[in-house]
Amino acid sequence: MSDATGPDTFDGPTPDNALRQAQKTSGPMLAADGTPLKKSLSRALRRQKMRALMLIAPLLLFVLITFIAPIADMLFRSVENQIVSETLPLTTEELGSWDGEGMPPEAAFEAAYYDIFLAAERKEHTRLGTRLNYELTGASSLFRKSGRGLDDIGEVYQDQFEDLDENWDEALPWLELMGDPEWLAEQQEWVAEGEEGRQPSFELSEGTADILPRTAREFAVFAEYTQDEERDNLLDEEPWSAVHTALYQDLSSGDVSSYSGPRADMLQAAAALVASPDFETVSFLDGFEEVDEDWMEPPIWRTIKLYSPNYTSGYFLNSIDMQLTPDGIEARPENQQIYMLLFQRTLFMSLVITFSCILLGYPVAYILSNLPMRSANLLMILVLLPFWTSLLVRTSAWKVMLQQQGVINDVLVWIGLVADDSRLTMINNQFGTIVAMTHILLPFMILPMYSVMSTIPPSYVRAAKSLGATNWTTFWRVYFPQSIPGIGAGSILVFILSIGYYITPEIVGGTTGTFISNRIAYHISSSLNWGLAAALGAILLAVVLILYWAYDRIVGIDNVKLG
Amino acid sequence: MPDTGTSDAFVAFERVQKSYDGETLVVKDLNLNMPKGEFLTMLGPSGSGKTTCLMMLAGFETATHGEIKLDGVSINNIPPHKRGIGMVFQNYALFPHMTVAENLSFPLEVRKIGKSEREKKVMRALDMVEMGAFGGRRPAQLSGGQQQRIALARALVFEPELVLMDEPLGALDKQLREKMQFEITDLAHRLGITVVYVTHDQTEALTMSDRVAVFDDGRIQQLAPPDELYEAPQNSFVAQFIGENNTLEGVVKEISGGRCTVQLDGGEVIDAVPVNVSKVGERTRVSIRPERVEVNPDLGESAHTLKAKVKEFIYMGDIFRTRLSVAGNEDFVIKTRNRPDQVRLRPGDEVTIGWMPEDCRALDAQ
Ligand SMILES: Nc1ncnc2c1ncn2[C@@H]1O[C@H](COP(=O)(O)OP(=O)(O)O)[C@@H](O)[C@H]1O
Ligand SMILES: [Mg+2]
Repeated sequence: MSDATGPDTFDGPTPDNALRQAQKTSGPMLAADGTPLKKSLSRALRRQKMRALMLIAPLLLFVLITFIAPIADMLFRSVENQIVSETLPLTTEELGSWDGEGMPPEAAFEAAYYDIFLAAERKEHTRLGTRLNYELTGASSLFRKSGRGLDDIGEVYQDQFEDLDENWDEALPWLELMGDPEWLAEQQEWVAEGEEGRQPSFELSEGTADILPRTAREFAVFAEYTQDEERDNLLDEEPWSAVHTALYQDLSSGDVSSYSGPRADMLQAAAALVASPDFETVSFLDGFEEVDEDWMEPPIWRTIKLYSPNYTSGYFLNSIDMQLTPDGIEARPENQQIYMLLFQRTLFMSLVITFSCILLGYPVAYILSNLPMRSANLLMILVLLPFWTSLLVRTSAWKVMLQQQGVINDVLVWIGLVADDSRLTMINNQFGTIVAMTHILLPFMILPMYSVMSTIPPSYVRAAKSLGATNWTTFWRVYFPQSIPGIGAGSILVFILSIGYYITPEIVGGTTGTFISNRIAYHISSSLNWGLAAALGAILLAVVLILYWAYDRIVGIDNVKLG
Repeated sequence: MPDTGTSDAFVAFERVQKSYDGETLVVKDLNLNMPKGEFLTMLGPSGSGKTTCLMMLAGFETATHGEIKLDGVSINNIPPHKRGIGMVFQNYALFPHMTVAENLSFPLEVRKIGKSEREKKVMRALDMVEMGAFGGRRPAQLSGGQQQRIALARALVFEPELVLMDEPLGALDKQLREKMQFEITDLAHRLGITVVYVTHDQTEALTMSDRVAVFDDGRIQQLAPPDELYEAPQNSFVAQFIGENNTLEGVVKEISGGRCTVQLDGGEVIDAVPVNVSKVGERTRVSIRPERVEVNPDLGESAHTLKAKVKEFIYMGDIFRTRLSVAGNEDFVIKTRNRPDQVRLRPGDEVTIGWMPEDCRALDAQ
């Protein structure tokens, strides 16, 4: 710019200079202050955008919380499977190194004993049983039985230790043995002060974990459960029998003679008892066999191993009539296959309903959009009338109409078209569902069609006729193509609504006319298999999205007009 | 007034009436005969029934009474698609889901014309409106003027003998409109087609037509070639509607030998041509075109002169437009050509103005 001459040239950020600069460098256009024009434009627009965002923020939040979040939660539930690894943490760890051939090692039985013992205390073993029962029939009763039966193992040891020394069934001696002395003092102070405020969290004494590893682990589990879940004073609770079992295991496999802390004599005596030949023991294997023979068979162990990961494809496989087995994915037995049939039926019937709606709705929408205002409004009220009546009432009305002793059959018999002893079955089957749902969803087809048709100027029809087209050609070549966006919009609405419809198929569908959504509802409210319900729902969602995508590719979503 | 007899008229309206609601007549007693090859324009204010007439001719509205004949045959009961009349709509009505070529091919397809011939005709029609390169476009991808041409080509592609156009240039800007006016008339004369053209723009009507039918209130007020319409309006509606016009109101004092004397409301007496005044004492409206008025006239014996006061002087380049106060009329306009020797009046000037009695027409008082 130094070579520029003339009175109006001076260096600095002026609009003229910016322009000159831009022309010279032929780079990006610059604003007056020298920043690229693009940047300063986007800066200017940002404030505007922020304000717009603030305005829609409440709605955005609402949609996020009430729409996105539930869907995300549902999608998560369809693969989530933490119950097995959370309820049986030791077992799943043990089974991790098992190859799945034959029976698992005894260590797995030991781990399962401790896991199920705690689960039974927490009353969680039945939930796990229900979950595993989806995959292996009988798992539910097996776990229910085991929750009670496994107590027998521990009681053998508990009784013997108790016979040796009463203190083994008292809370305080155990706490002196296992607990950190400072913690114990705090705990006693807390009791003295009338159990006000938080109970001091139990802490293991130093070194116990080294000489009594299992006992320390089980006692810590017991203490945590008592303090955090039961909210009981640890000084009042004698330990459960799993702790005694752990004690036996530690004493039989380790050496405690070096121990000299509190209650050392009591522990030494117990060690001597365990070492004596007439100490009675039960192996975990025998204990499990005692509870149920099924524990001696591989399937339950394989199932636990198979479902020990935190996430599973099991629900989804189940939704498409497959199952996860140790040998891989395979189809379920014929008599258990149901969901593919239901999906197919749902899609097929939704298509039939959509087409029926198009066939019935198109002429109505056409007439509506071509009538003078006053008559069109009256007709529109008739179209909307069903909207203003309860869905349940309308569906029930169809029951009255279509049942064997219903209005239509009566009329047919009266005319003589149908014999009295062979009345038509028109309800509690697919026919009934299609009829009732077509009726209920018809307005969703008519309204978008109407709004599109009323924007087609009559001059197109006139032009076509003046060019020599007959009424039919005019309709087919000129009017109909322009009404397609309305058909598209109506079809998407009706199809998506019907694919997830629940109430009507439930009431008039019988067994052959129910939809996948009825099954989802069953799993949510009756069988409580939410994971499967979520997987079915997710598949339904995917199907809708895929169809939407296909529709977009074929017809183009820009061709859809809702008004 | 040329009146071709019913027998050799190509298009004929005979005593046609039309009512939409059964209460008011939108078209009242329409009689019109058009020879083949004529370019006739229906001109009139909005709501005067022009479109209704066109629609009856095209077959989209039925006449409540009377007969419409095409080539001597009554077409009252022939459906629109069998009338073979080409039509151009105000909003063009090009089918948006078809390409330009498909739009043009449509009337040929419904006439079951073979593919190769169809393509030839479409190409010829497109070339005719100079749009040969646009066959593959959609109407939405064309400008207003281009759409207009395509609409025209589509109305002509099946070679109709009669083409109707309802304000086809209404949506275009002035420059384009003038270009299209010329092209349409040129095309119509070249192809020898008969055209009924509807407009509310009088310049358009005057420049394009062989004859203009001025509509008002459901009636044809005057049917005449443009020059006659401008120079010899039959009533004060036509005089007011076509071109600029000065009116002076008064009472007929005397009628004799193709001249009448009118006493203006201001007291002055002037001579005029009696057009639709019949008896002495009748109120009348005298009409004079602005360009026929002279300032400080030197017109000789027969001319009339009146005193006038200049209210406003507007310089318009080629002409000067001066507004005067004459005999009680504050809006008396005169136009003078911008010649070197032309005086430029100033507001407040007192002048004398005058005109030839034959330029001054005594019309109905309405
Ligand atoms: N389809 C119709 N129904 C009822 N009245 C109409 C209809 N079309 C036109 N009219 C009335 O007829 C009169 C003439 O209309 P139209 O022929 O469109 O006038 P123009 O084309 O000269 O503006 C108007 O008063 C209009 O309101
Ligand atoms: Mg009109």
